[in-house]
Amino acid sequence: MNEIVSKEQIAPDTWRLVVRAPEIARRRKAGQFVVLRVHEKGERFPLTLVSSDPDAGTIELIFQAVGTSTKLLAALQPGEDILDLVGPLGRPTHIEHFGRCVVIGGGYGMAPVIPIAQALHDAGNELVGINGARSADHVILVDRMGAICQRVEVCTDDGSLGRQGFVTAVLQEMIEADERIDFVLAIGPTPMMRGVAELTRPNGINTVVSLNPIMVDGTGMCGGCRVEVAGETKFACVDGPEFDAHEVDFDMLMRRQRMYDGLESDATRMFKPHSTPLDAPAHEGCCCEEDRPDGK
Amino acid sequence: MGSRVMTQQRQPMPERPADERVRDFDEVPIGYTAEMAVAEAQRCLQCKRPMCVEGCPVKVKIPQFVELIAQGRFSEAARKIKQTNAFPAICGRVCPQEGQCELTCVLGRRGEPVAIGRLERFAADWERAHDEVEAPAHPAPTGHSIGVVGSGPGGLACAADLAMWGHDVTVYELFHAPGGVLRYGIPRFRLPRAVLNAELDYLSKLGVTIRTNFVVGRTATIDELLQEHDAIFVATGAGLPRFLGIPGENLLGVYSANEFLTRVNLMRADRFPEYDTPVHCGDNVIVVGAGNVAMDAARTARRLGAENVTVVYRRTRGEMPARVEEIEHAEQEDVRMHFLLSPIELRGDDDGWARVAVCRRMELGEPDETGRRRPVPVEGSEFELPCDTVIVAVGSRAHPLVPDTTPDLDVSRRGYVAIDDSGATSKPGVFAGGDIVTGSATVIEAMGAGRRAAESIHRSLTGQEPPNGNGG
Repeated sequence: MNEIVSKEQIAPDTWRLVVRAPEIARRRKAGQFVVLRVHEKGERFPLTLVSSDPDAGTIELIFQAVGTSTKLLAALQPGEDILDLVGPLGRPTHIEHFGRCVVIGGGYGMAPVIPIAQALHDAGNELVGINGARSADHVILVDRMGAICQRVEVCTDDGSLGRQGFVTAVLQEMIEADERIDFVLAIGPTPMMRGVAELTRPNGINTVVSLNPIMVDGTGMCGGCRVEVAGETKFACVDGPEFDAHEVDFDMLMRRQRMYDGLESDATRMFKPHSTPLDAPAHEGCCCEEDRPDGK
Repeated sequence: MGSRVMTQQRQPMPERPADERVRDFDEVPIGYTAEMAVAEAQRCLQCKRPMCVEGCPVKVKIPQFVELIAQGRFSEAARKIKQTNAFPAICGRVCPQEGQCELTCVLGRRGEPVAIGRLERFAADWERAHDEVEAPAHPAPTGHSIGVVGSGPGGLACAADLAMWGHDVTVYELFHAPGGVLRYGIPRFRLPRAVLNAELDYLSKLGVTIRTNFVVGRTATIDELLQEHDAIFVATGAGLPRFLGIPGENLLGVYSANEFLTRVNLMRADRFPEYDTPVHCGDNVIVVGAGNVAMDAARTARRLGAENVTVVYRRTRGEMPARVEEIEHAEQEDVRMHFLLSPIELRGDDDGWARVAVCRRMELGEPDETGRRRPVPVEGSEFELPCDTVIVAVGSRAHPLVPDTTPDLDVSRRGYVAIDDSGATSKPGVFAGGDIVTGSATVIEAMGAGRRAAESIHRSLTGQEPPNGNGG
């Protein structure tokens, strides 16, 4: 069960797995996720389903190995099994013919953008991609965006690839240039998603974000993933994970994402001495893109 | 049959002292010795028309098994119970006997009823401890296949009966381990996991297949399962937490009882950092609600090291839905009960952590639709209780995944699945029972519903009565 078919490193600490999971592959729709557990004492954590191949019975996962569980996942080799894998969970993305869509991925948030962008493309939408990352070696999935977008704007914080600056600067230019934008999808670090929401709010541009709060069961039974949307409490696992960006309480989301910061399990400490990259503090209380396994 | 000593008092259950047991998650009651069990069993009058059986949702053959204990034939007693209830070690621990078999025991009219639950537990524990659990005989296969959705008490009871009657049964469970609320909800100190695992092992000896990590409604729909199975039993429970709907409920440190208990019971947060899943439990814990789940959460918080655990309930002690034993155990463990009190707001500190529960006093007014007097707020009575952790245990809602993904399944206004007297739903071949039909109830009521559905499924597939009759 859940055998890893192939494994590939696509950026620093960033891995792509193809996993045999025929039942999940058969039913997966854009925007859905799986919950995994990788060892007997491990936690349950969600990862977005990037793609699936129903004929081959496989699913594709892309994640950044920064937390304990994702590091253990990245340590698995082809031929080995993932202990527990359940899905597809969450509401599929609402896809329609919007017209011209801007799809934005911040850092490893590019991975969960891919399946939704593909579905938007398949529904006949015209896509512009904005692909932002810290530096050139952290830019991922440009080719796959290029295959479905009319154009892809790449930007990096340090200017080592594409333009220098944040994804929000690129979007702002597009809005100021009066480019037609009927729909915006933004997935990445929470401050980035909030930044996009603030940019599109004045013009009332339909904007959707995909949230990744802490989850346990992923099926609505615990309420740990609750978020406030339009003043109402929602469970991201069953009511989302996608919501209207203009109605999300991002401050609360960020606070709740940090609820267990500073707590280190034995498995976390096992990874500490040698393999935590200097620039990727996994449990240090920052809310940058390294906090969440798939960059959301 | 020997003569009975009618005047003998009910044998008390030996328990570990409170100050010892709050330091671990080991079981609280120690269990009867053989001598105590025989003495208690000899109190039974062996009524010709046993009222105790009438009070049992699964019609356990109570006088017969009690008599076997009185004769010292303990493992035979366990097997007698298993003719109608595959899980005596669970039921002997978690059933609310005081409102069921022991309520209707004739001894209870003048004194204390026979301790049927403790005897049930004793027989099952004896059989297991002495390695005398027999692999049940495998009947001739009927060729029928049944899918059971949910591995909680209702699903397990249904699966056990159907397997005993020769059907091929697969149980689907969304978590990575089976048992439903028996695993994620009920703490170890009430139901040790060795007991639960042994009962599940018995189920697999019956030939039942359990598929974990399978979310019906997501991994496959009911319609897809009907292509593989001749009938489906939906026992998905009422697993969705209710919240209070008051300001501040999404502050840090505020948990649903479901999340708090799942983190500890299923994910072993009590053994963090050995296990990866953490839980926050401060010194001042407020538990809102007064059912068994609230008692479980409060007692779990004490075991996680909380100094002050306060149960806040808007009615009075008399209306508490929890089992009497759970309330007593909680109070022995220094859980405080505040009655006629309702939180109206939670306030946090600058970092977003809950620190204060603003509570309002209540008084009892006219009876409501449940017959209980309705709590009415006392205006101007607000005051503040300090807190670090708040656990909301005010009930649960129907799990919506199966109804939402099964278009021709009739549901009630609140999302519970509608069934007829036989347990059949509006959809041919699909039966339902337990909390997904009734709303939150007890383990044994769900088991009773599972057994009734098993009978209906057997009749609908074979046109015959089940081999053991209704077990009465």
